[in-house]
Amino acid sequence: MTILQFFLWSLLKIIVVTVVFLMGVAYTVLLERKLVGRIQNRWGPSRVGPFGLLQPLVDGAKSFLKEDIIPTAVYKPLYLLAPILSLGCALTSIAVVPFGAPNVTGSGGFHFFEISEINIGLLVILGVTSVGVYGIALSGWSSNNKYSLLGSLRSSAQLISYELALGLSLVGVVMRAGSLNLRVIVESQSRHGILSWNLFGGLQFIAFFIYLMAAYAETNRSPFDLPEAESELTAGYHTEYSSMKFAMFFMAEYANMITVGCVATLLFLGGWTSPLGDLIPAPENWFVHALFPIFWFVLKVFSFLFLYVWVRGTLPRFRYDQLMNFGWRYLLPLAILNIVGTSLWLAYR
Amino acid sequence: MHLILFIVFAGLCLAGAINLLLQTHPINSALSLVVVMSSLAVLYLMLGAEFLAAAQIIVYAGAIMVLFTFVVMLLNAGREERTLGSRAAKALGLPAVAVVLSVIATVILKAQGLEPVALSDNITSTTDLSKVLFHELLLPFEVTSVLILIAILGAVALARPAGDEHGRRTGVEK
Repeated sequence: MTILQFFLWSLLKIIVVTVVFLMGVAYTVLLERKLVGRIQNRWGPSRVGPFGLLQPLVDGAKSFLKEDIIPTAVYKPLYLLAPILSLGCALTSIAVVPFGAPNVTGSGGFHFFEISEINIGLLVILGVTSVGVYGIALSGWSSNNKYSLLGSLRSSAQLISYELALGLSLVGVVMRAGSLNLRVIVESQSRHGILSWNLFGGLQFIAFFIYLMAAYAETNRSPFDLPEAESELTAGYHTEYSSMKFAMFFMAEYANMITVGCVATLLFLGGWTSPLGDLIPAPENWFVHALFPIFWFVLKVFSFLFLYVWVRGTLPRFRYDQLMNFGWRYLLPLAILNIVGTSLWLAYR
Repeated sequence: MHLILFIVFAGLCLAGAINLLLQTHPINSALSLVVVMSSLAVLYLMLGAEFLAAAQIIVYAGAIMVLFTFVVMLLNAGREERTLGSRAAKALGLPAVAVVLSVIATVILKAQGLEPVALSDNITSTTDLSKVLFHELLLPFEVTSVLILIAILGAVALARPAGDEHGRRTGVEK
């Protein structure tokens, strides 16, 4: 495979994945509005298109057409950099996520359902997410607004604290698979369908619980959405942002949700493999054969997002000291215990 | 290809480092340091040290520098004033820099000779790295972690308010 071929293929994959990802982001917003609406016994958006399905398009058009206000007291370079950094990091991390079966390859061992296969895919996702913190931190500081600053301080502290628990909760899974490559991790849990998922057969349910909590905190979602607590901070770090810049933060939040869902799917729920294992015979048609894994993958990510929205519609917000106590005093020791337990089990199995 | 990437990122690294010194605002300096750390990570990657590159991004660019910016934001540090610098610093500093640089250069050259480091597609896998860390270099590795533990204890001791002998928490009561 020549460099040019590689380049063109990669470009094509990047475009397709980005478009699908952004559509996913748009419709996750709609899903959230609809579901929260139903939880609160109202309809949610229902006027634009059938069942409100065109609502995301209209929302996008609206935020493009809004007046773009840049307050005079902001520190402009960083104020403009922050949303770009936020959205950029959120969109980058999807690049190493494998969506579909590995046996569908083009000439030269070229994977179709993944932008790039990297040995340390998991670490890349963690790294990109950790750089994404700057978007939030800088937006709050450069806005020159007390609410924004408080929001971003809370957010940075929260992200640093929960990133530890998040990273440690993944160690057990990595030890079981013996690799940081996301494909290898998925294949290590593909043998008996749902029984060999890390969540069940791998006995990593404590790790999954920790990951779930830490992921909610990492993406600033309810019940850990302290950085944008409306009742105390107006809108938190993006108080001073309007129009597309606000929309970029908004998209980054939902893109991060989807990425977190993808990681949970890959690490704990068996990725693209079927939960039924070999009970369903592999379809003859190569096209169906290629699409089947993608179906399972999307279904799993969707259920994760559903859970996200469900939690948001159900649980009240934590207090800030509760949040910190929970992270450092319960999640972190629990994650370390899980690592010790998993290594003992792996050693004396 | 490797050479182009090396020149681009080494240049970026140097530019970030110089910018770090020239900026008057602490937050800009901190962000330049982030650029330096990230381009260093790319250089590590080109040397085949993928785990090191990822760790550099996660630990340095992602955690330590976020703490730096966090402190800068929290203290709301303003612009620093330009001074001409003390004469003693100039008189002692420049020779000292030259000495330190030459010592480092001698040590590296002695260890390695004058052959250029090969930038290649060779990758040291995480497994190999962990074998070295946890088998051959286990003692230094663990001693380093004890060192860090001591630093943490020191920080806790310093941060504890004076007159708080019983180690009682003074922050938010439960």
